[in-house]
Amino acid sequence: MAGLKSKDLLGLRELSAEEIELILDTAEALREIATRPIKKVPTLKGRSYVTLFYENSTRTAKSFELACKYLGADVVNVSVGTSSVKKGETLRDTVMNLEAMGVDAIIIRHPCGGAPHLAAQFVRCSIINAGDGIHEHPTQGLLDMLTIRRHKGGFRGLKVAILGDILHSRVARSNIHGLTKMGAEVWVAGPSTMLPPGLEDLGVRVTTRVEEALEGADVVNVLRIQLERMQQSLFPSVREYHRFWGLTPERLRLAKPDALLMHPGPMNRGVEISSDVADGDQSVIHEQVTNGVAVRMAVLYLLANRGEAA
Amino acid sequence: MAKPKAILMDAAQINRALTRIAHEIIERNKGVEKVALVGIRRRGVPLAQRLARKLQEFEGLEVPVGTLDITLYRDDLSELDSVPQVHKSEVPFRLPGRVVVMVDDVLYTGRTARAGLDALLDIGRPSAIQLAVLVDRGHRELPIRADYVGKNVPTSRHEVVEVHLTEVDGGEDFVALYDLPR
Repeated sequence: MAGLKSKDLLGLRELSAEEIELILDTAEALREIATRPIKKVPTLKGRSYVTLFYENSTRTAKSFELACKYLGADVVNVSVGTSSVKKGETLRDTVMNLEAMGVDAIIIRHPCGGAPHLAAQFVRCSIINAGDGIHEHPTQGLLDMLTIRRHKGGFRGLKVAILGDILHSRVARSNIHGLTKMGAEVWVAGPSTMLPPGLEDLGVRVTTRVEEALEGADVVNVLRIQLERMQQSLFPSVREYHRFWGLTPERLRLAKPDALLMHPGPMNRGVEISSDVADGDQSVIHEQVTNGVAVRMAVLYLLANRGEAA
Repeated sequence: MAKPKAILMDAAQINRALTRIAHEIIERNKGVEKVALVGIRRRGVPLAQRLARKLQEFEGLEVPVGTLDITLYRDDLSELDSVPQVHKSEVPFRLPGRVVVMVDDVLYTGRTARAGLDALLDIGRPSAIQLAVLVDRGHRELPIRADYVGKNVPTSRHEVVEVHLTEVDGGEDFVALYDLPR
């Protein structure tokens, strides 16, 4: 079987449909490990991984860490706040030093888009992008896709609505690359200040009316308003945002009755999503988190076993 | 692969061997009340299902059947040229108190059986594990033996034993011996 072509996972843009399919199939098989009483297999025994996060995270960092541990690997966390980065060490020097300690992969989150791509050029070990600026968040895209596939059986012909702050969302970009490759019809909707120009070139439908994107949707993916990334005022107030673009029970009724509701977390309840919707029957938000561990196990397994031929 | 050197077992012989193994399982465990079968992917799975049908027929009890994927437990992952596809393990019954009969098609080096043992023990602690194989071809690299053997076949390391089963491969069942291409 052909494995992954690259030593790194930098984005879904770089992956082929076959590679995405392979990761999802592998994740499906590995998913069961996290439900066992003994959550450990020896597959990556003796391998070591580093999480290097230049930005805060609960879900992604811990999900990667648990995925490493469930597969039997050793994992250490570099928290940038207490590392040599504070003394002015460059990204290049940091990753080269970590590689010199013998790690098999470095899992990077960075506020600058392209930072993992840059790091990947300096080291022979794998670089896994855990979110770079407003660019990509490939494992989030993959876990969203696994969640959709488990409920809908596939992607072809599905209408997927991505709502909210598309401009600052690496989750949106990874979803768009992945879903369009697999044949889904992707709609994005948000305030025009949060819709970057050129989105249509990625093969998606763009609208400023959430209702239009929601109409008959099979999947609704609501993005977090990223107040920390906003350098200017992009909407008048949080209340107004909720009124025009927030997902309410009334708006969700425009989608298909069995539409899935997803959110990458952390949620701003009452802003982009109302609590009734977030906790409602259609919500698969916690399942997304479960699938996140499975997808990360799959990525670690596939990058570790690319074979000599690759 | 080209023409087989020899047909080691035909469909009738395979069926008779499984019938005998089923009887041996019943005899050894004094019935099948505590017995469960676990097939090792891929060809161990249909063999386990066939054994379960025979045990049901002979004893009137439904014996639970699970499947085990040993990919994650292989000791040669880093030496392979390509990445093996991982499949699900499904063991839909509790292991404590059970005698689990692990079923595989061919016993050779014993490394698959070793991986199977580790995979099973990570899922739970059965009261005992036994091993049933359709063909034992020798050349063990680990201290492992089968409790139930369909046929012992002396082979050389330059030969390949292939088990062909209707459920997986289509057509008639047979076990064939080939020369390894050099």
